[in-house]
Amino acid sequence: MSTVIDLSHSSLRELNAALHAADSGDFTVANPRGAHAVAAGIKSPVSVTVDGSVGYYCAGMHQHGTVVVNGNASTGLAENIMSGEVRITGNATMSAGATGHGGLVVIEGNSGARCGISMKGVDIVVGGSVGHMSAFMAQAGSLVVLGDAAEDLGDSIYEAKIFVRGEVASLGADCVEKEMRPEHLQEVAGLLAAAGMDADPTDFRRYGSARELYNFHIDDIEAELRNGGDAELAEEAGR
Amino acid sequence: MCGIVGLFLKTDRYRHRLGELTAVMLHEMRERGPDSAGFAVYDKGVPGRTRVTVLAERSAPEWGQVAAELQAQLGAEVTVRSIRDHAVFETDGDGRAARQWLIDHGPDVDVLSYGNQIELYKSVGDPDLVAVNYDLAGRTGTHAIAHTRMATESAVTTNGSHPFVTGADTCLVHNGSFSNHNQLRERLVQHGESFQTENDTEVAAGYLSWRLREGDTIDEALQRALIDLDGFYTLAIGIENGFAILRDPIACKPAVVAETDDWVAMSSEYRAIAQLPDVEHAEVFEPEPSRIYTWSLAS
Repeated sequence: MSTVIDLSHSSLRELNAALHAADSGDFTVANPRGAHAVAAGIKSPVSVTVDGSVGYYCAGMHQHGTVVVNGNASTGLAENIMSGEVRITGNATMSAGATGHGGLVVIEGNSGARCGISMKGVDIVVGGSVGHMSAFMAQAGSLVVLGDAAEDLGDSIYEAKIFVRGEVASLGADCVEKEMRPEHLQEVAGLLAAAGMDADPTDFRRYGSARELYNFHIDDIEAELRNGGDAELAEEAGR
Repeated sequence: MCGIVGLFLKTDRYRHRLGELTAVMLHEMRERGPDSAGFAVYDKGVPGRTRVTVLAERSAPEWGQVAAELQAQLGAEVTVRSIRDHAVFETDGDGRAARQWLIDHGPDVDVLSYGNQIELYKSVGDPDLVAVNYDLAGRTGTHAIAHTRMATESAVTTNGSHPFVTGADTCLVHNGSFSNHNQLRERLVQHGESFQTENDTEVAAGYLSWRLREGDTIDEALQRALIDLDGFYTLAIGIENGFAILRDPIACKPAVVAETDDWVAMSSEYRAIAQLPDVEHAEVFEPEPSRIYTWSLAS
């Protein structure tokens, strides 16, 4: 039996307080109408279904529970998720799964710019395409994209893994294509199964860090100073 | 921050409710911009007739007297109606001459807009109050754009409020900040533009005015703006018979668009759109960076 909380009658604070107080149970959220912070801060294995589109930071800081949004989400879906699962049937805008430490985020539609920015262990599966600068400075976890990726994918990436089935418009600084080894095929197969998506792991390409930006290179600063027109400083840097 | 909304009615179905629906959308964006607000509403004008909206913030003119003087000057009938510190002059005579006369000889007034379809109102204070004071909810028409302002780049004044006019029946609202506005302002002054404030959006409006005056289409002007305007922006531009939107290449500033058979709506946040009739059947999408979107009625 699901507890229904209707946001046309209840306040957002009442909804989130009820979710925070529960140790378990099923909840349905009606009439979200683009409200911000819907189901943010869950920290127990509750199951929440949101019928409609949500605003910013839906299911932010999520732990242990399951949130399904039947609609679209705006900026910061499941930002800083620690564990559990957040799924959205429509599209997400900017910064979905940003800084997430763990758990699974599934976007059945498209994601906008900066999907998985600074991700730190979360797995993100996107049924459609991702916007520019996705997985920017991504540190750990995997981003699986069944569609295409826009410009500057994986810019300044650390040890996160990116798998894309479609076209990549361009790779960001220090992001390179890498070999799909058996363990990667296995990982993609596992994430697709967890997300409930039907695709062939062998259709995906893997991208990750060239690790060229990890260490300071004196040659880089020399070139930069020379380009900046400061020959004297450049010479000094070269010594 | 700032909040922007635009509503374009493709069919007659909701045109009697244009202002009411725009006011509902504006209300949802109140938290994004509590400092000031403004709106431009468009309806199908009488062919050949010009409307000029003016603001008299520092004076309380006898509007009838001003209209009589303008009528004598133009040699054509001039009517005027006023609401608080705003007044709308209408004439079938030379519209450009009417606008210029009001700029040069109006009793300490600022010309906010001119054209065949547009009326423009703006003021400091709570956006809901601005909507009530200038009867947004009572207005009918084909399309509207509106703005709630949280000032970051210049002072909270009526003249620093959006929308900013960029030409006949053309105006602009902006969420974001331009970083090269001082340099660009100097360049535009050399091209003959004049500016009333230190506001960065006024510079963007001046930029578009200049390009439109030079003969660019709105698409061409916006293509050039992508190169010349540096900063963060989501822009909504009200034009004759429709509106346009543009986001900068980084697209940090939010925008969402929804479309049904009857209307196209854009806003900074979905919650403004969520209030519109039949929204559950709308196609909802996020406009792409650096891409110009326009919607207009077949004229």
